[in-house]
Amino acid sequence: MDTIKVKTVVNGVAYERQVEPRRMLGDFLRHDLNLTGTHYGCEHGVCGACTVLLDDRTARACLTLAVQVDGHVLTTVEGLAAADGTLNELQKAFRECHALQCGFCTPGMLMTLTELLNETDDPDEAEIREAITGNLCRCTGYQPIVAAALLAAKRLRDARSGAPATQSHPAE
Amino acid sequence: MKPTEFEYHAPKSLDEAVGLLATLEDAKLLAGGQSLMPMMNFRYLMTSHLIDLNGVAALIGIEEKGGRLHIGSMTRQRDIELSPLITQHAPLIREAYSLVSHKQIRNRGTYGGALCQLDPSSEQPCFTAALDGVLSIAKQEDGRLQLRELPMSDWAQMYMTPALEEGELLAGVSLEIWPQGHGYAFEEFARRHGDYAIVGVAALCTADAQGRLDRVSLAVCGVGPGPVRLLETEAALLGRPMDEAAIRVASDAARQLEVMSDAHVSADYRQHLAGTLTERALRTAFSRVGRQSGGQSNRQS
Repeated sequence: MDTIKVKTVVNGVAYERQVEPRRMLGDFLRHDLNLTGTHYGCEHGVCGACTVLLDDRTARACLTLAVQVDGHVLTTVEGLAAADGTLNELQKAFRECHALQCGFCTPGMLMTLTELLNETDDPDEAEIREAITGNLCRCTGYQPIVAAALLAAKRLRDARSGAPATQSHPAE
Repeated sequence: MKPTEFEYHAPKSLDEAVGLLATLEDAKLLAGGQSLMPMMNFRYLMTSHLIDLNGVAALIGIEEKGGRLHIGSMTRQRDIELSPLITQHAPLIREAYSLVSHKQIRNRGTYGGALCQLDPSSEQPCFTAALDGVLSIAKQEDGRLQLRELPMSDWAQMYMTPALEEGELLAGVSLEIWPQGHGYAFEEFARRHGDYAIVGVAALCTADAQGRLDRVSLAVCGVGPGPVRLLETEAALLGRPMDEAAIRVASDAARQLEVMSDAHVSADYRQHLAGTLTERALRTAFSRVGRQSGGQSNRQS
């Protein structure tokens, strides 16, 4: 089968690869670009683990062909932290709130919530729950994930307005 | 769990797309891919050629023309959901999309793709029927692009089978614009939020100065291969006040619908849902008559 050239920008880095048309975006990221942060769960669009940002919108990497991202821009979980490895506010909040246990769903959760926080700076709990309805987590019961998203949103708002930093556990 | 080999084609124009469809043997069209790609991953579906319509700009867009909304078949569901034109002229669509799958799926999924997939309980054929959709279908004939129109009522041939002939593709849909302040509601019952509904109901209505119904549209999905319009009931409601008696007329009729039955959901239960959801949808639609659309919160997605 003939291969097709794909030129894409992932996390600010330009890549060019020859791929088979049937190469899925998730496999392209993991095997061709060695970006293994994106996890592959169900491979039919249900679990949300492979969620990435395609032109700033969430998309299932298991339902997108690699050839379809030619000329497009992607962000994966590797693109969230700073170059020196410093976690961003959402990632920090996940750690502090224990929003992950096994970590399998985490890349998809982070990308989904990244889209939400890009769209609204003050999401309420219902909006956060609505946003993650397409992401399955079998460890946490979702509660800490919702708490982490609320905390990250608050910290991002505070940072913008110059308010003092919010502690993850107000009682402490 | 990986697709079989296929040749990939990415036409840039509608001409090119129908040309490929006319000449390639064993070709499938790729729209948003949110149903087709899982089937290809599972190898339920294997094809020699995949024609990707995502680069055909002529199939994307929402515009208002001649009292109707025209939506290109490759317009993403999320773009329709967020469109100010839709919020203003067809708030029913926005409400229906709040029940369609998840944001990640609506970001990629297309309106035309969902209509062609034609899941019996999909919300999108249902609101299309309620809004008197007319489908524009493209094909290459004698080397030239030909378009034909088909009313939504003729779209569903049988289970998950739209009235598309060999070499045809769905180019777009036009929908009727109801007057400002019309009542609308989309109600459904699904096992989980974001799942396909078991049964769903779309309701639209307007009333005259005395508060009597002068126009009603009711469409039910999940009862047959395609959405069902309750045309006789719509006519029976005209001239009636927007009260519980009118709601009863409609919900009783919906409970009498001839419905399909399967291993998961019995016919009895579908009829029960059709009645109850018609009741809820009409009650909500009545309560919204006279309110300006477009003023609702933009936050819910």
